[in-house]
Amino acid sequence: MSDNTHAIGWLLALLQLPLLLLAAPLLVGWIKWLKSRLQNRRGPDPLQPWRDLRKLFAKQPMVATTASPVFRAAPYIVFVATLAAFAVVPLLAVGLPSAAIADVIVLVGLLGLARFFLALAGMDIGTAFGGMGGSREMLVSALAEPAMLMAVFTLAMSAHSTNLSSVIAFNLDTGLALRPSYLFAMLGLVLVAIAETGRIPVDNPATHLELTMIHEAMILEYAGRHLALMEWAAQLKLMLYGVLIVNLFLPWGLAENPTPAALLGSLALLTLKLMALGAGVAVAETTLAKMRLFRAPQFLNLAFLLTLLGLLSNVILETSL
Amino acid sequence: MSLSPLPLAGCAVAAALLSAFASLATGRWPALMRYLCLPLLGLSGIAATAAGLGALISGHAQLGSLPVGLPWQAWQVALDRLSGVFLLLIGIVVVAVSVYAPAYVREYEHGEDSLPMLGLFTGFFIAAMLLVVLSADAFMFMVCWELMSLSSYFLVAFQHGNAANRRASFLYLLMAHIGGLAILLGYALLASHGGLSFESMRGASLDGGMATAAFALAFLGFGMKAGLVPVHAWLPEAHPVAPSHVSALMSGVMLKVAVYGFVRFCFDLLGDVQTRWGVVVLLVGALSALMGVLHALMQQDLKRMLAYSSVENIGIIFIGLGLAMLFAGSGAPTLAALALVAALYHSLNHAMFKGLLFLGAGSVIHATRQHSMEHMGGLLRRMPWTGLFVLIGCLGLASLPPLNGFVSEWLTFQAALQSWSLHNGLLRSLIPITAAMLALTGALAAAAFVRAYGIGFLGLARSRSARKARETSLGMRAGLGLLASMCVLLGVMPTTVIQLLDGIPRQLFGSGLTHAGERGWLWLTPISPAVASYAPLLVAIGLGLAWWLTTLLLRRSDIREVARGDAWDCGFGTRDARTQYTATAFAQPFSRVFGMLFHIDAGLRREEDSTAPRYLIQVGDRLWGWLYEPIQRLVLNGGRLASHLQSGHLRHYLGWTLATLLLLLWMIS
Repeated sequence: MSDNTHAIGWLLALLQLPLLLLAAPLLVGWIKWLKSRLQNRRGPDPLQPWRDLRKLFAKQPMVATTASPVFRAAPYIVFVATLAAFAVVPLLAVGLPSAAIADVIVLVGLLGLARFFLALAGMDIGTAFGGMGGSREMLVSALAEPAMLMAVFTLAMSAHSTNLSSVIAFNLDTGLALRPSYLFAMLGLVLVAIAETGRIPVDNPATHLELTMIHEAMILEYAGRHLALMEWAAQLKLMLYGVLIVNLFLPWGLAENPTPAALLGSLALLTLKLMALGAGVAVAETTLAKMRLFRAPQFLNLAFLLTLLGLLSNVILETSL
Repeated sequence: MSLSPLPLAGCAVAAALLSAFASLATGRWPALMRYLCLPLLGLSGIAATAAGLGALISGHAQLGSLPVGLPWQAWQVALDRLSGVFLLLIGIVVVAVSVYAPAYVREYEHGEDSLPMLGLFTGFFIAAMLLVVLSADAFMFMVCWELMSLSSYFLVAFQHGNAANRRASFLYLLMAHIGGLAILLGYALLASHGGLSFESMRGASLDGGMATAAFALAFLGFGMKAGLVPVHAWLPEAHPVAPSHVSALMSGVMLKVAVYGFVRFCFDLLGDVQTRWGVVVLLVGALSALMGVLHALMQQDLKRMLAYSSVENIGIIFIGLGLAMLFAGSGAPTLAALALVAALYHSLNHAMFKGLLFLGAGSVIHATRQHSMEHMGGLLRRMPWTGLFVLIGCLGLASLPPLNGFVSEWLTFQAALQSWSLHNGLLRSLIPITAAMLALTGALAAAAFVRAYGIGFLGLARSRSARKARETSLGMRAGLGLLASMCVLLGVMPTTVIQLLDGIPRQLFGSGLTHAGERGWLWLTPISPAVASYAPLLVAIGLGLAWWLTTLLLRRSDIREVARGDAWDCGFGTRDARTQYTATAFAQPFSRVFGMLFHIDAGLRREEDSTAPRYLIQVGDRLWGWLYEPIQRLVLNGGRLASHLQSGHLRHYLGWTLATLLLLLWMIS
């Protein structure tokens, strides 16, 4: 790669970040709008999450008198770590030089860092809700993380690399081969994504009923810009999982060379794919009810079994030496 | 004049012994402990660190012999790269402990506990650990190993006024000796073909069955010392009851000496590792990791929780060692090198963060006089520095980037992900399943440390003493700070560390990680840049830059100030220390989901002296019922049978003696 394309690659990697930040609230807005329509309501404008963020950033934050420094640092750490995790995922093009900084295990680790501080922040004020949210979040994530890693390991074992860019490039090169392992891994990853982003049936993002919250319980005490950062991080995380699923399993259209035309085409296709995925989420959330907390482990066990099946079928059926 | 590593290591041993003998005088002059004995330990630690680093950098094995030993064979010492890593690890933790301890031991100066004994056995303990790592013949190894076990027994039994401590120390002594016996028998098998020196053991080649027997003995013996499930029972009993700086040494360092012994025995002396040994080590390691972390999640006693977390981390180290054996046995030395480096890296990391956390727990106990998390709370605001350093340790232990625990876990995952290159289909599917167990362990460890930190350091103070806690002295904070900075350094500079460690697999398997530093020190590429790369420093800088930018962008003059007020708490408004989530409550969903793995005893108890019944939950280890109690019953029943021999009549005893004599004569004829 010449120096010129190298520089363009780094530039592109940096330019992706503002794009992500702007697009993440839109995805949530889209899902909310569609869900309302499916439920025969008019629903908020898809741009509403943007307006909410703007409003929150303009408000004075309120912090409890007993809060420790962890409480005030946590929104920044959660936001920054989620954004950094997102920077690992190839968005529009593969083969960018920044892809070598971190691989998919680092992505899982960065999300873990964000979650660690989210749970700590929930426990910091000393309210029962915060502790409850932290405990439940850690339980759900503890069960989801192995499934997530199994799913990405399935792909990594096929591509012989844990680098997401290489994995996607491998999937692009091999073309549309219907592999059983990919199917299992994708199903598992979808279940993990639902659990990790706090969607129905594991958690309900729209509720503030005390006994059903997981994610919302941890950020109850936040206000102003702190709350805005937490909300934005949650929106980023939802979009991260969306992009991860579509780009890993349906990578067609991703630019292999960073030319403007290819990038624009890639952007248009990605938008369409994410909108379709969002529509799927909206339909699922309209038709499903939230589960009891202690049903969630069964849900995640299913995810783990699916990904394990994926891995085993990869090892047994598909590995050629 | 430049000091070569081996004499320097000798200086380290001498300083530790000197400290031991000097502390005999502390009965008369207690201040001597602070001004002489502990600084001597610090010198010993610095010398050990320098010797270890020197051995790692120079790469030449240095040999020597001591003027003591058997009449026909003097004790032999050697310092190669493998010994070097462990010297380094011991040295750093000993330095931190010696900085930390002066303020910590002050409370013993006027107590009933004997200060000279504490100093004497601490010195012996450190000297013995250094000598175990340095020894190059089995005789010296075993003598030093026993010295290490015994002196640590006296340290565990230090506060023997408490019956629970006496019970814990006896259990430790018993298990240490069963383990020691297994190691001794293992060496006996190796020595039967040559001499006692490691050099001749390397040359001896055992046939398959004998080699497997030697491996099994070594695995049992060293595994017992390291605290692998199911022979871990002593560890969560013994580590918490020692003084905290000794707990840091035991958990951070002594367990690593057992890892050293296992690596030395199996990879170096025994050689020709077999794939099936690797399978056993891998499975036991994965089981230890999972059981250790699950039990850590259930504990309320801070130090006991850390002890169970040591079981988990030793499990992770043995997963790496098991993978190394598997790959070495299957003829993939490069991958074996990767797995071994991952295990050694995790040993180094665990020494740093577990040392840090035990010292931190010591600070907390020192400040609050409470051992249970349920009586701490809100300590971060009372003890900001201790809180910060402990947070770094927790992040490292929860294996989160960009800290050190993540690097070794990442390397272990990378090694496990190379299982596609094996020819055996069973192994190809077994290894990823253990990787999944490792992932579950990592996530549960994060939960365990969120719980420990959130309950202990955040929230409202849960007891009077926690409300009045004061930050500890400068020395104690400096000890924590040293280890915390090592955690950060090991996290962001992995390529440099790996290049130092790289010589060990070269020495053992003849193959190293040639591509690890291919793209410079910034990029960690253990196999090749195409397979996986990680630039932790760039990740850390990226996180920092993004944080800085975020705060910069949000800095609006009109709303910079943060308003302070009461917590909202959904408008309930009855928030106090008792309505907080407790450690038990935090763990409840986990104990329900993983309930079948615990022995849970829960119910209402009405105590004699109080009228109000209390709901008590006790989470125990199922292995006590499954393994230890049957063995105990077996031993007792055997003893009862044997007691029939004791009739009390002299003629019966003479008869037994005669029978034994005849039997022996028949055997040797």
